[in-house]
Amino acid sequence: MPYTISQKILMKYSGKNHVKPGDIVIIEPDRVMSHDNSAFIIKKFKNTGVKKVWNKDKIVIIFDHTVPAKNPEHKKNHDEAREFVKEQQITNFFDTKAGVSHQVMLEKGFVLPGSITMGADSHSTIYGSLGALGIPINRTEMAGIWATGKIWLKVPETIKVIINGKLPNGVYSKDILLKLLDMIKSEGATYKTLEFTGTTISDMSISARMTLSNMAVELGAKAGICTFDHKTKEYIESKTDEKYHPIFNDPDANFEKIINIEVENLEPQIAFPHKVDNIKSINQIDEIKIDQAYLGSCTNGRIEDLQIAANILQDKKIKDGTSLYVYPASIEIMNEAKELGILNILETAGAKIMTASCGPCFGAIGPTLLDKKICISSSNRNFKGRMGSPNSFVYLASPATVAASCIEGKIADPRKYS
Amino acid sequence: MKISGKVLKYKSNADDINTDVIWPGKYTYVQIPKEEMHKYAMETYDPDFKNKAKSHQILVVGKNLGCGSSREQASECLKYSGIKAIIARSFARIFYRNSINIGLPVIESNEAVDAIKNEDDVEIDLVNGEIIINNDNKIKISKYPEFVLQLIKDDGLINHIKKENENNKNNENNNIKNNNDGE
Repeated sequence: MPYTISQKILMKYSGKNHVKPGDIVIIEPDRVMSHDNSAFIIKKFKNTGVKKVWNKDKIVIIFDHTVPAKNPEHKKNHDEAREFVKEQQITNFFDTKAGVSHQVMLEKGFVLPGSITMGADSHSTIYGSLGALGIPINRTEMAGIWATGKIWLKVPETIKVIINGKLPNGVYSKDILLKLLDMIKSEGATYKTLEFTGTTISDMSISARMTLSNMAVELGAKAGICTFDHKTKEYIESKTDEKYHPIFNDPDANFEKIINIEVENLEPQIAFPHKVDNIKSINQIDEIKIDQAYLGSCTNGRIEDLQIAANILQDKKIKDGTSLYVYPASIEIMNEAKELGILNILETAGAKIMTASCGPCFGAIGPTLLDKKICISSSNRNFKGRMGSPNSFVYLASPATVAASCIEGKIADPRKYS
Repeated sequence: MKISGKVLKYKSNADDINTDVIWPGKYTYVQIPKEEMHKYAMETYDPDFKNKAKSHQILVVGKNLGCGSSREQASECLKYSGIKAIIARSFARIFYRNSINIGLPVIESNEAVDAIKNEDDVEIDLVNGEIIINNDNKIKISKYPEFVLQLIKDDGLINHIKKENENNKNNENNNIKNNNDGE
């Protein structure tokens, strides 16, 4: 019987020789990531009565959500996790200096193609960009894995998204994902795996694929997989010597649905407040003035994203009255952007370069939005109050659209600058 | 296993209530005791929820409840506000798992969402897969798999592991004792 990538990975890890969608399997993941929420997971772990974590080498802890710590509570969370790391001798701990957890996981080679990698964070679907089964969970379940090494999972159906054609200038993988949100809406892939395939994906960089897999969760997906290819191989082998086993669909695998997207005429897409699937094409919108712009996040804070923005902002000035905050997704990216002169271009244009962390994406740290303020953001969510005040407004777009909008002080079409 | 209570129903089309409006990000990394979580529950969605929850135990909403962030406090704050079960057309995946794993029953049923009105009295029979509205109207719901039911009965995954851990220890102790007896 033919199986999908998700089914084959779950069969392998559960030791079963057959599974079907809806079956429940118990698996042991390869690696698990938690961030500043570790302090909360520790409390739950201790409540289980288990004394020692299941595997100190498979647990990765990376601080990013409350970096820099803004109040004593944040500091306390960090200190409790630091203490636990010492006590349990957790091998892979990254304090406040590494960057956004998902990015660090990928850069350090912790996410292997064909693996099951889980994170106590919804955007753990990003691990699918390397052909892994990256599945988001949260605190109680993570505590359960720390205690037992096991988790129950339902075998998902898979929706195959075939994306073909050459992306026009000024249009990026973010625009494809926003378009998909427009097509199937935010519950369109609930409980399911999304598989991204087609010529556009083959032509795309790993960084651009990360944006797709990352935001798969915004469609409700359990996982968002880009099939392993030579680019994945090159990426992972530049990061680690660890052995891995890529997994592919069987030729006649059953998909619940197949969605076709042709990108040749795709336009820049914008998600309007306060829903991720409230999508408009750039040419359908009236004038929307912006106060603030955010370039960064696990979705779009990589070197390629900063480069795209720098290309647009080179020899330009950010409009007075608009602030652009740049949060490179990791220290590695920060350093590379410095070396390549990208940070210099952005700063000269008037951007403020911030620390490698999640920043104001979820409204707890950094320049969060005040009442009535309007922000264009390269991040992943625009829910009411997401980035600060419940009376502020967030528009989601690609890094190119964010950069172009900074020049004009209003939401602008990046194609005229590309 | 039966749960009963008075219904707090937002609309039949109260869809896509995301975890940011249930539990804002600014509280997500603050250690707030469970006894105090009700003060902030649903703050952005309905500032009056904390009062409504005092006299209502069954929450009824539309589709895709709990989409967005994986933050578990979204499930916890409802539970610790006094909500004993949630009925919706559908749930976002992580919210669904979080709820079960903290021992808060979540039930998907279009039929129930359509039939139930605000202020109704509802009884949910998780073992037999049935909802009874105002002691009268019966609606069939899917039954949980046995081990999911067990998680609910044990009041969540942490307590479940704790129980198993203690059982294992007792068994080990008994084994040691038995072995000693044998010698």
